[in-house]
Amino acid sequence: MSQTTTVNSPMPGVFYRRSDPEEAPFVEPGDSVEAGDTIGLVEVMKNFHEIEADQAGTVGEFHVEDESEIEADQAIVEIEVE
Amino acid sequence: MIEIREGGIASTVQDLGRTGHYHIGMPPSGAMDEYAHTVANYLVGNDGDAATVEMTYQGITATFDDDAVIAITGADMSPELNGDPIGTWETVAVDAGDELDVQFATDGARAYLAVAGGVDVPEVMGSRSTYTLVGIGGHEGRGLEAGDELPIGDPANGSADLVGTRLPAEYVPDYADEDTVRIVVGLTSYRLTDEARETLCSAEWTVSAEADRVGYRLEGPDLEFEERDQPFGAGTDPSNVVDLGYPIGSIQVPQQPIVLMQDAVTGGGYATVGTVISADRGLLAQRQTHKTVSFESVDVEEAIDARRRRSERLAEIRSVIDG
Repeated sequence: MSQTTTVNSPMPGVFYRRSDPEEAPFVEPGDSVEAGDTIGLVEVMKNFHEIEADQAGTVGEFHVEDESEIEADQAIVEIEVE
Repeated sequence: MIEIREGGIASTVQDLGRTGHYHIGMPPSGAMDEYAHTVANYLVGNDGDAATVEMTYQGITATFDDDAVIAITGADMSPELNGDPIGTWETVAVDAGDELDVQFATDGARAYLAVAGGVDVPEVMGSRSTYTLVGIGGHEGRGLEAGDELPIGDPANGSADLVGTRLPAEYVPDYADEDTVRIVVGLTSYRLTDEARETLCSAEWTVSAEADRVGYRLEGPDLEFEERDQPFGAGTDPSNVVDLGYPIGSIQVPQQPIVLMQDAVTGGGYATVGTVISADRGLLAQRQTHKTVSFESVDVEEAIDARRRRSERLAEIRSVIDG
């Protein structure tokens, strides 16, 4: 049985999938993640807050584009939990 | 002692600020929402200028090594004590060993944790406020991190008797509704075209992700300046004037408006086209990124009157709390 969990942004800001424009994304759909792995960053007030997977599983669909503006509680990515 | 387990994204020790040094380029710092900060202090029996912990968007997790009396005001960050929700704008007893977990802001942007006796970090130039750009005041001049220990001062007599006090609802702001901020137009608003001056007060401005204790960058329509030959001493851009002191709350327009806040840059050569009145600065500080604000033009008399009324309201709150 697998089920899906949605990771939401805890705060408003700009969402980034990579730590630097030159770097590869933290995760791609299909990657395995552990709870606590960084899946993206939200920038607000010149601070970067790491968004972490809340459970172990497989990264599913991203609901927001890299470098897009997001609201607090907006859905960011699905994680398929084993 | 408060031991910080998680610092949040930008939590700093603040009081009512380091006033009197603006002329040497030192901004006051201090609580961005003075109202919420002051009420938090009153709820625990402190004077309004005792130091609190200002938490932005995300709260701290902390443990107390001794019994304490606390209050959390400002943005709603769903605080929990040992996993159980506790009220905000309310005096709460904490037992030695308790863990306080303050979460993410759902309404407003900044919450204040006051503790009876105040956060007793050393004063620097007459204030406990943190000014992170220079790295002075507060706890080691920086935002709080896991492992930091904050000393607590001696509580006032009777602070424990305040436990259970709730601020009457009429005094609790609803930040989601506060989308109008009053400004006094000037000092160099003459540089704007008539149309741009009109736009300044009619447009809906959106708080950008670049909004911090130094300034709030807003996004909205372009504001055009009058054409002129730039005078000696002014830069070449139409938004430049001969250098002047920037009032706290002043709105400069390098391209899109920036409102200077408690950690303001104290002077420079951008035209400052208006100033947010002191009574409303805290409302702007509670507007989250991507929320909108509009400016309403008032004159200096009205601004001073608003400041006086806010002081009276705080005095009224103090007497309600002290019963």
